[in-house]
Amino acid sequence: MKHASYRYQFSARKVRSEFFRLLPISLFVVAFGAAFGLAAVQKGLEPLQTLLMSTTVFAGASQFAAVDMWGSEVSLIPLMAVVFAINSRHLLMGASLYPMLREMPPGRRYSLLLLLTDANWAVSAQEYQGGKRNLEVILGGGLAIWLAWIFGTWLGVYFGGLLKDPQSLGLDMVLGCFLLAMALGGEKSPRILVAWAVAAASSLAAWKWLPPNIHVVVGALAGGAVGFFWLGKKSEDRQPPAGDKETSE
Amino acid sequence: MIIETTAAGTLALIALITAVTLVTRFGGVFLMSFVTISPRIESFINAMASSVLIAIIAPMAFSGDVGSVAALIVTALIMLITRKPLPAIAAGMAAAGLVRYLGVTSL
Repeated sequence: MKHASYRYQFSARKVRSEFFRLLPISLFVVAFGAAFGLAAVQKGLEPLQTLLMSTTVFAGASQFAAVDMWGSEVSLIPLMAVVFAINSRHLLMGASLYPMLREMPPGRRYSLLLLLTDANWAVSAQEYQGGKRNLEVILGGGLAIWLAWIFGTWLGVYFGGLLKDPQSLGLDMVLGCFLLAMALGGEKSPRILVAWAVAAASSLAAWKWLPPNIHVVVGALAGGAVGFFWLGKKSEDRQPPAGDKETSE
Repeated sequence: MIIETTAAGTLALIALITAVTLVTRFGGVFLMSFVTISPRIESFINAMASSVLIAIIAPMAFSGDVGSVAALIVTALIMLITRKPLPAIAAGMAAAGLVRYLGVTSL
């Protein structure tokens, strides 16, 4: 290994502040979790099984899809294929954090990935674009979201009937709005804008014409290809983390 | 292959879904540990990172109802003006709720 020096300094204080920073979005995760808990028990899962799934899988969209395929029996290959396709974006998300993750020991690196999810990744990736290293949000923010997901699932399992129409409150759009806000808060060079246009077009084309659930990966790789062939300004400009400051709201 | 959703079968299925998800969580990082990060690879990663977000959102904008489109547009506007995520997200959701409450079904 060339990168034997594990230089990433984890700050416990920052982990705590990132936990609280993602608490607002976690409230919405509770609502999603409740919707999932309700869907799962309606499909015949036991409450404890549903809670177990949320605890160990912790990937909302794929859990909805899996539960959707539930019945008195479940065929394995389609289930695995769908879960893999929906979660394959994690492959790219993890890869994009690798420049930071390689600076910590493998045990810690892979433990962190247990808490990788869209929202905390989006914060970390966006700050990395801005030259800040923030893996603390993966841990602190991830814990907030994970606990909210479990708590929400619990609510949905036992009190799901109370959540009649989450759409009327716009709850279904939380994640979309959050991810869009993260994207727009990042770098907006001509190169990135072209990458986005290519990503959007490829994602839409894949969504329309290719098998379901692979559009995210297709779009992301297409956008990445723009970066591969069109180099931005030197990445060495990026400052190491010294004196990182928070930009929480 | 088929698993019956008995108590044990369900546990096996949950374990399986967990395992597949773990492969996706670990896989990208694991594969990257064999790649030398050249400026070109880094540029690929950086462009890919925000493209993931766009690739998730684009079909949402095209498949959703007027409420979802309104949510995304309002979020984008507020975000570009204020550069603060929370107000942007809150306004976006409020827009979706309002549009749906008003029963607008086409632009």
